[in-house]
Amino acid sequence: MNRYAIRAIYLFELSRAWRTLLQSIATPVISTSLYFVVFGSAIGSSMSQIHGIGYAAFIVPGLIMMMLLTESITNASFGIYMPRYSGTIYEVLSAPVSHVEILVGYVGAAATKSIILGLLILVTARIFVDYRIEHPVWMALFLILTAVTFCLFGFIIGIWADGWEKLQIVPSLIVTPLAFLGGSFYSIEMLPSFWQKVALLNPVVYLISGFRWSFYGVADVNPAVSLGMTCGFLAICLALVGWIFKTGYRLKS
Amino acid sequence: MQPVISIEQLTKTYASGHQALKSIDLDIRRGEIFALLGPNGAGKTTLIGIVCGIVNPGTGRVLVDGHDIVADYRQARSKIGLVPQELYNEGFESVWTTVRFSRGLFGKAPDDAYIEKLLRDLSLWDKKDARILDLSGGMKRRVMIAKALSHEPSILFLDEPTAGVDVELRRDMWAMVHRLRERGVTIILTTHYIEEAEEMADRIGVIRQGEIILVEDKERLMVQLGSKRLTLQLQQPLAQIPAGLAEYPLLLSADGQQLAYTFDAHHERTGIAELLRRLGEQGIDFKDLQTSQSSLEEIVVNLLRAR
Repeated sequence: MNRYAIRAIYLFELSRAWRTLLQSIATPVISTSLYFVVFGSAIGSSMSQIHGIGYAAFIVPGLIMMMLLTESITNASFGIYMPRYSGTIYEVLSAPVSHVEILVGYVGAAATKSIILGLLILVTARIFVDYRIEHPVWMALFLILTAVTFCLFGFIIGIWADGWEKLQIVPSLIVTPLAFLGGSFYSIEMLPSFWQKVALLNPVVYLISGFRWSFYGVADVNPAVSLGMTCGFLAICLALVGWIFKTGYRLKS
Repeated sequence: MQPVISIEQLTKTYASGHQALKSIDLDIRRGEIFALLGPNGAGKTTLIGIVCGIVNPGTGRVLVDGHDIVADYRQARSKIGLVPQELYNEGFESVWTTVRFSRGLFGKAPDDAYIEKLLRDLSLWDKKDARILDLSGGMKRRVMIAKALSHEPSILFLDEPTAGVDVELRRDMWAMVHRLRERGVTIILTTHYIEEAEEMADRIGVIRQGEIILVEDKERLMVQLGSKRLTLQLQQPLAQIPAGLAEYPLLLSADGQQLAYTFDAHHERTGIAELLRRLGEQGIDFKDLQTSQSSLEEIVVNLLRAR
């Protein structure tokens, strides 16, 4: 194993986040905190409880998950798209590194950033909201699993994209709306029966539900199903990445 | 001696259907400077791309120091450094960071002393903390070389290394290439500046439309395919070449002041003595004469035209 290569890619990617601290860390933390202030403290104080949980506390897992999804995709897609765009990908392709090592370097760095962000937002939320975590191990597992899975998804988008616009389309036009409609701000049980069934087609529902269960022990769907859906998506992403490396899709001519 | 790179019946056809390489066979000797020459689109960059792992190979086999580039890619690639034609760089990174990154990528433990020496050798040490974005084109080219050498490769590919660089930097790079060769590094060079190949290369390969049409020692190539030219400065201008000299391959300059005669210097009879005698018979006097040898550029251009 070329551990020096993994380390080089990993640290190189993390150093970019450090260099662009405002954009990489501060912006998502501040913008998510604004949700806590507006929807949690201001509006939330006049909302009734959901599943016996105060509204401000109820939205904490959903907001963290929403940020985790978008940031994971953005970080990972940018990480691999940037060398493709600048042409420096030639160096990675000509280096004695395996596909797995490339993946561990890029996806590992992106997932690390996302997890750090998730934890920072969790800590920041404490300033505004009094929440509890009933299953901390499961919370950590859902956090890590979701970050890795969506970083893999972002990696695929970064390979697929042939322009900056495409890089933005998936997180802003697909994932964010799915997160909003996936129960970040409400329980899908609050929806009419028909829309509850439609909501179950939204994969983000399972991620938010599972994550919320790890906080409060209540969920819209069985946590085992949430875990299974996350692992299933992870497997699909891994298969797609394997195909990309095998064929050299958009990497090698 | 086993070649350091052995290419056997290598082909490459792109998805568009363009056949970039047609059954290439080529051996690169250990420690030599090999210049691969050819017009745009001849297949030079594709060939380098395949050996370095950037382009998927078609059929055929490539061994780098005995290691197959597909089956044993780690061993093969760890021996190669590549300076690509384009100035690819991470503009916001510092010189130090990017060169250090390259060393790690190629599986080498960090060695700041070596990186410092490398940057000093390439006159980059003063710029080590500068963002690459802020460097001149010549300095960016030096950074590309530093990155390629950061893992101490035994084979260095230079794809058009001096394209767009000034004369001073070009001379610096030629000197660097010679120093690397003295340390035992094999260098494969593609260039449009044939004077560069003439200055540096031990052997020349000419590629055209995906086929290697010639591989030869540079000196032998210049002796075998080169010709000499005798140029006479005439006392009185000529309106045309006299009929009595029609049997000689003579060229008269537009102003009628110069007469040029091309001959094979290795032929037993060059025909010079006979020509001078005939000029005297025709009453044509000359005030000066000089001989020159055809350059590698003329040889290569003639080769490409002939095929």
